[in-house]
Amino acid sequence: MSRALPLRVEAVRQFRRRRTLVAFGLLLALPWILVAAFQLGGEQEADGRPSLVDVATTGGLNFALFSLFVSTGFLLVVAVALFCGDTVASEAGWSSLRYLLAAPVPRDRLLRQKLIVALGYAAAAVVALPLMALLAGTLVYGWSDVTLPTGGTYPASAAFGRMAIVTGYALVSQLVVAALAFLLSVRTDSPLGAVGGAVGMVIICNILEAVEALGSWRDVLPTRYLYAWLDALQPQIQWTGMAKGAALSVSYALVLLALAFRHFRAKDITS
Amino acid sequence: MRRWVAGAAVVGVVAAAGGGFALARDGGPEVAREDVRIDVVDGPGDDEKVTLDASFYRPEGLGPVPAVLLAHGFGGSKRSQAAAARELAGHGYAVLTWSARGFGESGGQIALNSPDYEVKDTRQLIDWLARRPEVRKDAPGDPRVGMAGPSYGGAISLLTAAYDSRVDALVPSITWHDLSDALLPDGVFKKLWAGLFFTGESDGSTACGRFLPELCEMYQRIAQTGQYKESDVEVLRASSPATAPPVKAPTLLIQGQSDSLFPLDHADANARRAQGPVSVVWYQGGHDGGEDESPLLTELTADWFDQHLKGLDTGASEPFTVTRATGVDSTSGRTWLRAASAKTYPGLASQPRELPLEGAEQAVQNPAGGFPAAVSALPGLGALNALGSLGSLGVDLDMPGQSAAFTTAPLGASLRVTGAPRLTVKTDRAAVLFAKVYDVSPDGKASLARRLAAPVRFTEAGEREVVLPALDYEFARGHRIRVVLGTTDQGFAGPSAPATYRISAASALSVPTVPGLATPAGRPPAWVWILPLAALVVSGGLLVRRRPKGSFEPSLEGVPLQIDGLTKTYSNGFKAVEDLSFRVEKGQVLGLLGPNGAGKTTTLRMLMGLIHPDGGEIRIFGHKVTPGAAVLGRLGSFVEGPGFLPHLSGRDNLVLYWRATGRPMAESRLDEALEVAALSEEALARPVRTYSQGMRARLAIAQAMLGLPDLLVLDEPTNGLDPPQIRQMREVLVDYAAAGRTVIVSSHLLSEVEQTCTHVVVMTRGRKVADGPVEEIVGGRGLENVFLEIIGGGV
Repeated sequence: MSRALPLRVEAVRQFRRRRTLVAFGLLLALPWILVAAFQLGGEQEADGRPSLVDVATTGGLNFALFSLFVSTGFLLVVAVALFCGDTVASEAGWSSLRYLLAAPVPRDRLLRQKLIVALGYAAAAVVALPLMALLAGTLVYGWSDVTLPTGGTYPASAAFGRMAIVTGYALVSQLVVAALAFLLSVRTDSPLGAVGGAVGMVIICNILEAVEALGSWRDVLPTRYLYAWLDALQPQIQWTGMAKGAALSVSYALVLLALAFRHFRAKDITS
Repeated sequence: MRRWVAGAAVVGVVAAAGGGFALARDGGPEVAREDVRIDVVDGPGDDEKVTLDASFYRPEGLGPVPAVLLAHGFGGSKRSQAAAARELAGHGYAVLTWSARGFGESGGQIALNSPDYEVKDTRQLIDWLARRPEVRKDAPGDPRVGMAGPSYGGAISLLTAAYDSRVDALVPSITWHDLSDALLPDGVFKKLWAGLFFTGESDGSTACGRFLPELCEMYQRIAQTGQYKESDVEVLRASSPATAPPVKAPTLLIQGQSDSLFPLDHADANARRAQGPVSVVWYQGGHDGGEDESPLLTELTADWFDQHLKGLDTGASEPFTVTRATGVDSTSGRTWLRAASAKTYPGLASQPRELPLEGAEQAVQNPAGGFPAAVSALPGLGALNALGSLGSLGVDLDMPGQSAAFTTAPLGASLRVTGAPRLTVKTDRAAVLFAKVYDVSPDGKASLARRLAAPVRFTEAGEREVVLPALDYEFARGHRIRVVLGTTDQGFAGPSAPATYRISAASALSVPTVPGLATPAGRPPAWVWILPLAALVVSGGLLVRRRPKGSFEPSLEGVPLQIDGLTKTYSNGFKAVEDLSFRVEKGQVLGLLGPNGAGKTTTLRMLMGLIHPDGGEIRIFGHKVTPGAAVLGRLGSFVEGPGFLPHLSGRDNLVLYWRATGRPMAESRLDEALEVAALSEEALARPVRTYSQGMRARLAIAQAMLGLPDLLVLDEPTNGLDPPQIRQMREVLVDYAAAGRTVIVSSHLLSEVEQTCTHVVVMTRGRKVADGPVEEIVGGRGLENVFLEIIGGGV
């Protein structure tokens, strides 16, 4: 019975949903929208602060980095929250959850399989965006070395390693969003509530982060290190920020997921 | 209750993380401060009395401890060092801070650290320390004492140690080796810094404030004309470590990379002159300003004293340390600095590499009056140096026509220059030039590698070696190094007569490198490892559970369902089911009857393992029902409406549902189940969201019958069916039970139950009020009458 709800089955159940297709469609369209925006906007003036925007159109790799930069704070958060927040709550909403459980799929097993598939889709979303941006950027702006916002350049071969670090960190840093969305998904029958709750948490954290008076307390905010992957784009990779961010994200995620499993085990399914 | 425990666990993890940021300071000793006035006698004839305002910080309860004299910088007073003094005292040192003569509340006038004045003062401060019982002594009258201070205070440290062998260790920072070379480098007046130096102390009543009058006059004379006399140089040199005896005590020289007043070559000269152990630190800041590195510098200073005054083996002080900007912290926006260190101090010309320079002879103009002038170093712009080394924009400025440029070819690999690059330059006449190092990116953008300019005076036509400002800077792959020789600089007083020079580079550019200068890998704080482990423990704790007792009762193996004492009270206090017991045998079609709210659905949900009972138990074929129990695989159910994925077709829903059970597809008996549903092929291929209520109900019954379970539970199965379908359903159920399986039907259609069921259980208000074979219960009176009678009686 431990083979209940195989990953393949759950993946198929989720894949044909309009939600899944629209989310991926949006993520894959974004690089092209950005390309169009750069074409429309024409030349821009540098404001003196080093920024990825200034070097976005120097080549495909730079464009991919820029796309990731503009989507880390919100778009990817929404995508991750969508896949992880909707997965259990929508089953509850459709009443299909009770039949799955009575199939029977043991509760831990159900959550585990759903979590793996949701994380898989979320990871695919996070990876799809820079990949499509790399394709779009290379087609439009050509293939060239990475120009760092602070001035240096990197040969394209080394840049692939950096891109992998950046994407890998982006994945890990979104774990906390995924875990919170998943916990809310288990606690509510409303998919919108779960997704919105996780996105709302990110928004509130961003607001709190702007409150300088909080000082070092801000360092425990789960979104504090969301952009630490920028440290991988410096002449020398700075690992500390990413290590802190990964530690924080993984820790929050572990506890939130444990709470989700704990709650689901004891829950009376009344949906 | 459990929920609160879980919440508290989360708070605990967060609090542990917060604690990591504000680790309690180590429990150092209490520090007491004593403000004292110390009378000293100085002057060339040892006949001038001055009172110095001082503060003595003693750690309490430690017995005699080594002492440290903490000197202040130019324009400061003993108060500027109060925080540093308290910190050092907390490390177990007796610390004396004082206002130097001419500063703060001390008497006397500024003599620029003259051996006749300030040096004599500090030697008497050492005498004073020797009389204090709190201070450890090496010999009578000889306390164990170190000295430290920035800039003006660094120079007095070096000079006192040079003239007084009682000083056991010193940490002079951002200070001079030769004051004449600092203010008149290569004979060119450094007017901007000299002006700040000499007039910064004025209170408005006099031009120079509390300087000795002869020093003030000397400054004013040079500032007016840009010319100086040999005697001026002698005066400034007399206040310099360059003319003092060599220092033998262990010396940690801290110098700034953003320092156009006392550039790195001053520390280099001090290091070369010293005869004791020497370590050199180049940090990012200096007189021009820069990132705050005080934690690192404080630590290095304390380590130096711990090693040389307390004799502790700190093992921390490397002979050469350079802090480097390695990036910008994207989270805090601050510049990342990291210390690189080497096992020997290499000087400024270590392991030079020769780089050919491109650029023919160039004509440059010196403008009349030396204006407009190029901009390189400016006080306060030091912070831009660290950013500049990361390649961002600068504000440096060269005036057109005033500079000659000589550039290397693009570098094949990145090149870290540590020291002072040099080259030979040829001019066609006597000239003053300002030499600077630029970093030229592949797109041609040039920015100063360091905002520093080195003045060079050519006294006649011909060649001479030009030493560029010392720096620690990495030129990236593909970049070029450019030497710019300009005729003007804002910070200096160049010649004012207009002139044209023809300049050419007569040699390759020699750039020093220190390959042994390695940056240790930065280590993230310990909580990076501890926090996830703690979270793992916490989440493990949250998930520990009592194994559910999945017990099996062999004697009930042949009994499809036995319910015993089942009770469920919802969290709002509603008693949905109370002490319910009944038993269903093979081949029965059991009708579960009861008015709304009787507890039928709750019972069925408990039967499916969806709701945890508060008491009693349910056994299916002898196995106790728990959530996800394997025996539920022998149960097919349709309770409280269908549950399908609306985006999938009817067939896909059933197929995926069966796959979700993890059992082989062949066991599903899909076709038999679909026959019951009586849906057309076309309908089965449509998404379920397009179905009518009746179609969904039929599909749900088909889902419940997948795999032909031994026990089939149907809740209101005839809802949404039309009369022919209801009739067909009745036959299906009867046939199903006839094959030796068991069916439980809950319905409010009493006639249905009467026609279909062999047995009934009647419930009201969570309790069973009657059960038995239909014929027995009905007794020919019609089920409706009996039912109303029973539940009426139960009221």
